Amino acid sequence: LQARGGSAGFRFTLYAALAVVVMYLDQRAHYLEQVRYVLEAAAYPIQLAVNSPPAAWAWLKETFQARGVLQAENARLRAAQRDLELLAMRYDALARENGELRGLRAALPPVADHWLAAEIVNIQLNSLRQKLLINRGASNGVFAAQAVLDDKGLIGQTTHIGPWSAEVILITDPEHAVPVRVERTGLRTIAVGAGDATSLALPYLPSNADIKTGDLLVTSGLGGVFPEGYPVARVTEVHRDAVQPLAQVRAAPLAHIDTDSEVMLVWFRPGHPAAPVPNTPGVDLKSGNRDMQPQALSAKPVEPRAPGATPQASTPAQPATAAPAPPASAPPAAPASGKPEGER
Amino acid sequence: VIAQGRGRLFVSAFVALVLTVLPLPPWLDVLRPAFLVLAVLYWSVNAPRTGGIALGFFAGLALDVFQGPVLGEHALALSLVTYIVVREHQRIRSKPAIQQALIVFAALVIYEIVLFMIDGWTGHAVTTALRWVHTLTGALIWPPAAAIFAYAAGRRS
Repeated sequence: LQARGGSAGFRFTLYAALAVVVMYLDQRAHYLEQVRYVLEAAAYPIQLAVNSPPAAWAWLKETFQARGVLQAENARLRAAQRDLELLAMRYDALARENGELRGLRAALPPVADHWLAAEIVNIQLNSLRQKLLINRGASNGVFAAQAVLDDKGLIGQTTHIGPWSAEVILITDPEHAVPVRVERTGLRTIAVGAGDATSLALPYLPSNADIKTGDLLVTSGLGGVFPEGYPVARVTEVHRDAVQPLAQVRAAPLAHIDTDSEVMLVWFRPGHPAAPVPNTPGVDLKSGNRDMQPQALSAKPVEPRAPGATPQASTPAQPATAAPAPPASAPPAAPASGKPEGER
Repeated sequence: VIAQGRGRLFVSAFVALVLTVLPLPPWLDVLRPAFLVLAVLYWSVNAPRTGGIALGFFAGLALDVFQGPVLGEHALALSLVTYIVVREHQRIRSKPAIQQALIVFAALVIYEIVLFMIDGWTGHAVTTALRWVHTLTGALIWPPAAAIFAYAAGRRS
């Protein structure tokens, strides 16, 4: 009995040491990417199996759907398609015009090179963290810290990649931070996840910042993951307290994060002016590796100074252009989108 | 007999893992007990030689792959709890179900404390009180869960 107790203690020490070593390697040195890759591959069948009852249910429902419902949906989709084509035509015209205005010889190709639809595998990763699993992985060319969108806006970025699956950290996760720009004013700041599927917090805005309810937040292109100009969220509440130096601002993500069943993975054209900047000073973002993911951690000490500094840099310039011409919404946008280029 | 017991152990641990990752609405998910931890606890109390600390470690590693921010986090927490329970398995086994549930509650709290600390150290802190709810529901579900595990283990008790 005594010997067995001793051996249990010995084995515990062994396994505990092993666990600590594994944790250290995974957290600090990222030596375990290969191991993780294999483990993700091993876990994928289970994840698919768990997903199969809801998937089968959805398939059944679709198969036995009434003909009328399908026809109605078809008509609606055709209308939406027509609208989108009109929009796309207009967009092409605008892009060409924009290219001419900026004095570029030819209009630039769109920043998105190609994209891939991915289905959300419906499994519980961890309800306290905002994460998703999608059914595309390294075999589809997915890489870590890749932008994930839906048709309305930004969803998040990939973190752990398996051969056939990838984990996506949502912009609403408390560990995730997106560099954003207020579309109306060009004011740059950081949107941090608030931990539930419906809100983001903007914790680094001074209380005199020019922001109000209804402002659209778009990606600012800094940070090296998301390209400039993709819609992220709409400001829902602004609290200014005369005593507090910072305003309390909340925003609701535009993407339907809690109801989506399909998302888009996007590859961006490297070298495009609007493509994500690969290396931002202060944050080591040299390669698309996992170091990029904990932006919220490493970026926080560095970046808060940026939004503090940028309002002074960009807001005094704003009233000069925006105040005399309230109907013109293009002038504030032009210096705002021109600004990051000047800085690059 | 041991081989057969091992097969039953794997099946029950696998079912518990599937129950752990089964998608549920958020409010229900908060209440969901850590089924795999309960299974490991059951086997550690009733068949400490079949499973033992290795079972705790590898079950924890499986949890890490599915839901851990860092590999080895659940593995460490679960091997610690398994070690404590394996050491005390004879005393725990002789207790009535209600007292066992209290012990399970303590074990789950230790497990969650370890997770909480590692989450904090590795910079993935989750500070909401909701993370502690499953320790209570796990203890509440222990008497029926132990009966089901006993049936799965082919034991009449």
